[in-house]
Amino acid sequence: MPAIEILGLEKTYMVGFWRKRPRRALSPLQLTVEDGEIFGFLGPNGAGKTTTLKMLMGLVFPTSGSARILGRDWTDPTVKAQIGFLPEQPYFYDYLTAHELLEYYGQLSGVPAKHRKQRVDQVLEQVGLRDVKGVQLRKFSKGMLQRVGIGQAILHDPKLVFFDEPMSGLDPMGRREVRDLMEQLKHEGKTVFFSTHILSDAEALCDRVAIIHKGELRGVGAVEDLTSSVQGKVEVIWQGTQVPASIKALGAECHVTGDRVRAVIAESQQDAVIDALRRERQRLIAIIPVRTSLEAYFVEKLRRAETTAGSTV
Amino acid sequence: MNTRIAYIASNTFREAVRDRVLYNLIAFALLLSGAAILVGQISIEIEKLVVINLGLTAVSLFGVVIAIFIGIGLVSKEIEKRTLYTVLSRPVRRWEFIVGKFFGLAGTLVVNAFFMAVGVFAALFYVSHKFVRADALILVALYFIILEFLIICSLALLFSSFSSPLLSAVFAFSLFVIGSFAEDLRNFAGMTHGLTRWLATGAAYLVPNFSAFNVISSIAHEQPVAGQLIVHNTLYALFYAIMALSGAVLIFENRDLK
Repeated sequence: MPAIEILGLEKTYMVGFWRKRPRRALSPLQLTVEDGEIFGFLGPNGAGKTTTLKMLMGLVFPTSGSARILGRDWTDPTVKAQIGFLPEQPYFYDYLTAHELLEYYGQLSGVPAKHRKQRVDQVLEQVGLRDVKGVQLRKFSKGMLQRVGIGQAILHDPKLVFFDEPMSGLDPMGRREVRDLMEQLKHEGKTVFFSTHILSDAEALCDRVAIIHKGELRGVGAVEDLTSSVQGKVEVIWQGTQVPASIKALGAECHVTGDRVRAVIAESQQDAVIDALRRERQRLIAIIPVRTSLEAYFVEKLRRAETTAGSTV
Repeated sequence: MNTRIAYIASNTFREAVRDRVLYNLIAFALLLSGAAILVGQISIEIEKLVVINLGLTAVSLFGVVIAIFIGIGLVSKEIEKRTLYTVLSRPVRRWEFIVGKFFGLAGTLVVNAFFMAVGVFAALFYVSHKFVRADALILVALYFIILEFLIICSLALLFSSFSSPLLSAVFAFSLFVIGSFAEDLRNFAGMTHGLTRWLATGAAYLVPNFSAFNVISSIAHEQPVAGQLIVHNTLYALFYAIMALSGAVLIFENRDLK
């Protein structure tokens, strides 16, 4: 059973004060997220990521379409007991302490009273806020608030967690910790759906990603599939300071750095290069397939979308 | 009560009691009750009358200011600050949120009214050196003031569910002022004709009739309050508050939280 099935969710806002005109924030979106995967929802700012998340959370009503979460209709209130949500740039009741806030959310999520305190302490420990649990949130930094946000999202041990830009506002250590936490959630069998525009995070974490731009889905797939749509090239690295003439003759792009030479060649020329290196008695270090990075894929998709939009105008 | 409503109400109460502005307003109201003693001393033989009049008016006015001040931000501030997102993404229904907020604010106002009333009774004891049976009537006036608060709370919530805090404050305060003269508006409607009569009558019955809740002056003169008025005001306040709350729920249930 898929964790999330988005069945043509669409959102059009009416904008303007006197003369209202429609502005489409999200074109009908079809998307399936499998159980137990980390799914990245990528797109530049204003692409429609947050709108999609808000619709799934019931904060914004779709113009049309529906969704199923954990096999049930997404408007079913019982579904919400099994999902966690971290909004973008979260802001919480700043008159509460971290402990009081999590206690409150625990109450609203139906965490049984006898387990609540223990669970709150456990989560505070997990997100690294145990020492400041009695401090009012108004004294918290942006990064600390983000940790509180993550804490409240996982507090009730949900099966599915939605994170909207979870790395935003975090320093490199904080980002690393969030990445570890997401991997831990996956390890526990939970599904993680997160939106981001930081591609390196998505590349490092996600099983699959979807790319959205100007409210339209531009591509979906496993990160490996998207990034291995290789250009049919390999990078050969060997020890040396000079490029043998026979390799130069193959038209390879070569770079010499210290005592290493890197050459990017066509895959079909790989054997010829290895033979040449043997003949020249050079020590081969590595042969690495040249992969398209997720960033390159992303940029390409957006560029193509811009071109299509431009040609249809 | 639904437990989620109780949790939201208790958090709303906690928010209010941690707000410094609330204490400033209560202190100011108590100060006014204290000042009534001084004013009373200037007016020979009518100290008690002045203390009851000024003291209860302070309880009512400051309570209304607190109700509007806190009530107008109950929903709109939560949307603006996005604190609502993490609440409504849980198994909390939107109507539960509105009703919880209402009870939280109403609870805050009842507790405030209690402390301010203690101030009034203390001032009264200071000038009279004893309590008499007629002083119990002050409790009826306080009960009416609390009913008034319930209406104001529900109206503030209603406005807060669709407009900004500033506009909500303007709407709620305007309705309070107009409602305080509702009897005059009804009398005016009786004197007009045609379309004006229809409009004035409609407006007179639409705005909350706060003038019926103001028994401060008659109580200060130790005039009893009819039991019928107590029943009427109770039913009227409950009906009005439920209608305004229903309106707030209806708007909020269909609102996109952008």
